[in-house]
Amino acid sequence: MRYRFWGLLDSCLAADARTGDYLYQYPLDQGIMNVVLRLHADMFAGLWGTLFLGFMGLLLGASLVSGVVLYGPFMRKLAFGTVRRKQSAPLKWLDLHNLLGIVTLVWFLVVGATGVINTLATPIFGQWQSGELADMIAPYRDRPPVQELGSVQKALDAARTVAPDMSLSFMAFPGSSFAGPGHFVAFMQGNSPLTSKLLKPVLIDAQTGLVVETRELPWYVTALLISKPLHFGEHGGLPLKIIWALLDILSIAVLGSGLYLWLKKRNVSLEARLGALLNEKEKDSA
Amino acid sequence: MKTSLTGIQIWGMPVLLGLVSAGGLIAALLFDGIGDAVSWLALAAPVMTALWYGVRRT
Repeated sequence: MRYRFWGLLDSCLAADARTGDYLYQYPLDQGIMNVVLRLHADMFAGLWGTLFLGFMGLLLGASLVSGVVLYGPFMRKLAFGTVRRKQSAPLKWLDLHNLLGIVTLVWFLVVGATGVINTLATPIFGQWQSGELADMIAPYRDRPPVQELGSVQKALDAARTVAPDMSLSFMAFPGSSFAGPGHFVAFMQGNSPLTSKLLKPVLIDAQTGLVVETRELPWYVTALLISKPLHFGEHGGLPLKIIWALLDILSIAVLGSGLYLWLKKRNVSLEARLGALLNEKEKDSA
Repeated sequence: MKTSLTGIQIWGMPVLLGLVSAGGLIAALLFDGIGDAVSWLALAAPVMTALWYGVRRT
């Protein structure tokens, strides 16, 4: 089993969970999939790239909402799924845009919203580190530095006693950014499909190996942890991933046809058609 | 001129597909095995609907 620390892009260590060996052969930060992932997650521009994409996600959400608002008026005289192929190309693509947009709507909204939440991973974890974690280790601020670490196994066993029906997701070592200078933090995960995606931090004294404190993660970290599977569609096996890819293709068609229709708006014939449609609506409502 | 459709005629299918999609997403999140299978069927629904109406020749 391979562990990658947290989310997508943190420079990370991958370790074999059985032997503890560092997996130096694991293709970290290289290869075509890494390039695609980086383009998707931060466009090789670090945190600002990620936040920029998050802002794009908000615009996507706004465009989906506006599309829903327009769907009703456009479909007033058209049965669901009508595609007028025989007339102009813009009209055909307008109908396809409406059809593909409305059938993928809920999935697209969920993927968009959870994607925006994922772009906030760094500030969300930063908030947890500077808020909750700092608060948990604050009483030990004045202790002298730990000279010798206690047993990791003992620390893990201690964590298991306070979270008996959970298993270790990963252990943050003293001095790392997810633990204190003198403490381990064992991040425990549940054993149901949902709770296995959530984490419960257990603070353990690095010298004595005793549990100091445990708290639930705050709602904003929980929201982030739930957002990851919902954004990537990695929570339902390979068939779900394939369906996810098909929905991706449909959503690209929605975006592409929307762009095409926007460019064609200068085309008088389409404008006249849309204008005629809206005029009809006004006549109807008058 | 064709008469306007009712709200149910316009929004029936979109709302149904939306509920099915949401149900599929949640099922896969909450349950393994049967939950995954439900999510495959549920999220295949919008794909199949798009293909059915998008590529048919009438």
